[in-house]
Amino acid sequence: MSTTLTLPSKPVMLTRAGWSAFVVALLVVCALAPVLNLVVPEGSLFHMSDYAVALVGKIMCYAICALAMDLIWGYTGILSLGHGLFFALGGYAMGMYLMRQIGRDGNYKSDLPDFMVFLDWKELPWHWVFSDSFIATLFLIVAVPGIVAFVFGYFAFRSRIKGVYFSIITQAMTFAAMLLFFRNETGFGGNNGFTDFKRIIGIAIATPNTRMVLFVLTGLMLLGFFLFARWLVASKYGRVLQAIRDAESRVMFSGYNPIGYKLSIWVISAIMCGVAGALYVPQVGIINPSEMSPANSIEIAIWTAVGGRASLIGPIVGAFIVNGAKSWLTVTAPEYWLYFLGALFILVTLFLPNGVVGLVRKLRKGGEK
Amino acid sequence: MIKLLVFLAVLVAAPVHALTAEEALAMAAGESDARIEALNKAVAAADERTAAFIQAMADDAVRVVPGKQAFIVRDDKGFDPVTGAEMPVPEDAEDVVTNNRMRGEIDTALAALKLFARDDKVRAAAIKTLQGEADASRLPLIEKAWAAEANPALKAQLGIVRAAALLGSDDKAKRMEAARLLAGSGDPSTKTVLLERIRSEPDSEVKSVLEASLVTVEAKLAWGDRLGAMFSGISLGSILLLVALGLAITYGLMGVINMAHGELMMIGAYATYVVQGLFQKYLPGAFDWYLVAAVPVAFMASALMGALLERSVIRFLYGRPLETLLATWGISLMLMQLVRTVFGAQNVGVENPSWMSGGVAVMANLQLPWNRIIIIGFAFAVLLGMAWLISRTRLGLFVRGVTQNRPIASCMGVNTARIDTYAFALGSGIAGLAGCALSQIGNVGPDLGQGYIVDAFMVVVLGGVGQLAGTVYAALGLGVLNKFLEGWAGAVLAKIAVLVFIIIFIQKRPQGIFAMKGRSAEA
Repeated sequence: MSTTLTLPSKPVMLTRAGWSAFVVALLVVCALAPVLNLVVPEGSLFHMSDYAVALVGKIMCYAICALAMDLIWGYTGILSLGHGLFFALGGYAMGMYLMRQIGRDGNYKSDLPDFMVFLDWKELPWHWVFSDSFIATLFLIVAVPGIVAFVFGYFAFRSRIKGVYFSIITQAMTFAAMLLFFRNETGFGGNNGFTDFKRIIGIAIATPNTRMVLFVLTGLMLLGFFLFARWLVASKYGRVLQAIRDAESRVMFSGYNPIGYKLSIWVISAIMCGVAGALYVPQVGIINPSEMSPANSIEIAIWTAVGGRASLIGPIVGAFIVNGAKSWLTVTAPEYWLYFLGALFILVTLFLPNGVVGLVRKLRKGGEK
Repeated sequence: MIKLLVFLAVLVAAPVHALTAEEALAMAAGESDARIEALNKAVAAADERTAAFIQAMADDAVRVVPGKQAFIVRDDKGFDPVTGAEMPVPEDAEDVVTNNRMRGEIDTALAALKLFARDDKVRAAAIKTLQGEADASRLPLIEKAWAAEANPALKAQLGIVRAAALLGSDDKAKRMEAARLLAGSGDPSTKTVLLERIRSEPDSEVKSVLEASLVTVEAKLAWGDRLGAMFSGISLGSILLLVALGLAITYGLMGVINMAHGELMMIGAYATYVVQGLFQKYLPGAFDWYLVAAVPVAFMASALMGALLERSVIRFLYGRPLETLLATWGISLMLMQLVRTVFGAQNVGVENPSWMSGGVAVMANLQLPWNRIIIIGFAFAVLLGMAWLISRTRLGLFVRGVTQNRPIASCMGVNTARIDTYAFALGSGIAGLAGCALSQIGNVGPDLGQGYIVDAFMVVVLGGVGQLAGTVYAALGLGVLNKFLEGWAGAVLAKIAVLVFIIIFIQKRPQGIFAMKGRSAEA
């Protein structure tokens, strides 16, 4: 008796249409947006306002987080409620550098950041040693969330904490970190965090040109991460991840050790969030411990869920839909925003398990039949 | 004031030394230092007129013509402080200005006089006031009171006050004796007295006795502190227990991750607030008993909300824990906003009924507030009620049956969907009870539940899912651990330490303290 083993065809990274869409997105971010913002005169129909640049830049940072969440939740089946911590850690690493860049232009005209003068500290605490070097800061943005995630993930996955248990202890983790960062003694500015940034690598931070550069950088980062994630999930590694999501014990029986896979994707996802946080802080101009509140982390999950899990374009779309709605609703009808967000949580989980992207796919398939 | 005069009638043994007009004037006018001296001198040999005059000064009822005479003014009529006879107050009389220092001296002087009151309670209060304030000038009066005191407990306390006053004596032997006597005290104010004296004591022998006494007193105080930390730990534990008991049903037995549990508590707290308002409006006479009526109302309000949630959202998500988590989080956001819309974003005030205020003094530095004690009792009553419900009633049997084996329970004719609703409503109702209890000790606001939800899940996870006993141990253990760490490291660091402890603990025992064994462990 012989059985024929059919291997699924190797997934392509992007289809021809996908590549063209990608190139269009690249052009929009790198060429169209700067031109519309900086060249087209204000008042023109096609002018992109500074507010829009700031908003879209911010949402692109969120989209990176949603993408990271999708890798760990959508593709590996591990729901993290602590990704806000990694986002904030990246943000704080960048914030420390930006605080040092203020130099003596602060309110107290001191070499130390204002809040330290206020606390009557005479010298920088040890963890600020590298904060005046941009290169070291870039390293820290990757290393700090990465190491924290590695240590936490190693212990969690080693003792096979799964499912909801894992979600709850990640939530406890970010909650504990938030309490810690709220303290003045930890040297992160207490509940005010860092703000009042003046310049980045010696260039004034609030000018339209710098903002545009940051915007383009964020856009490139988002597109880069998208391609990277696409490559990751199409690879053999990515398929093992999905197998872990669907049937972890079967993966183990097939001779794979899931810990290495889970741990590596967990760390990658955390680093992506850290990078997003580092891009977010100079654009928004503030970082404080409330970024670590459990509510923020769980919001990342809803961006991913709204857009559609296990489709990489989904989380990006979701981040834009939810945050777009947020910035519109919190201005026009602030009291209804939480009703809307709450309803979104309920309706998406009940009726749209595959999110907006899933809905579109379904409609398209229906049309073809 | 009449009362005070009656107390002073007891002062039979006092050497008859009537208040003179000069003394009254010296107490009422001039520099503070001179006035205080005059006051202390007068108190040491007081008669009832002196007491009445000091009381009048405490009541700001004294006017004075500087250099001439002082008057007591009551109900716009002037009285002579010496004779007590009514007399007109001259136009140029000034109000006596009593600064804070002077007022403190007057209060202790009055307390010293009250040491002779008939009523034990008044004497006890007077002793308490004098505890931190005793100095050598009061000694004669304290000695007299001490000799006359009949109540042994009060006599012991007064002895400590006397010893504290003796410390200021010029006689070395007396100081030594006083230092030894003070070792018998367990009052925090004694520690301050000793510390102060050690700083100023010139004689090294006395100093060493003082230090020895200080060690004894501190050891006693440490016991009070330790017991106090234990009590507040149990109190926090009982609150965690109330919060976690509801979760033990919805999460532990049914497996529903209910992130809106905290908001169900909030509903219970607001229900209590509403009942309070109704009592204030319609039954002000029975206001003290509003809480008794609020308990069932809070339970029903949260239980109905729970049943509604289960029917409308949660039942579609059984077996999908992560989705349940997100959906219930959405519910919690909406409930919070709902409460903000109805009651406003500010905290609302919920008052303790009078029988819950105050407390029991167990040791000098250990007072157990009634509201905490009642909540501890309430938590255990709810625990017992729930244990009875789950293990002895038909509903409990069905709940256990459905959670252990749903298809078989269904085959036996149990309406499993209805049991799910009942069980969820029960868990929600207990959350409401927790909210009702919390309204008595904390703020009632829209984010009341947020602060407890992480803790509550920690308790359930630590105790082991589906285990009532585990929940109890975990709640009390976490409460006590938290309070002891707080004493060491401050509230925030203690909280962080506890969270880290739980994270590490779950590494070692992923199933909690009491792991389920046997078949149901796989479910």
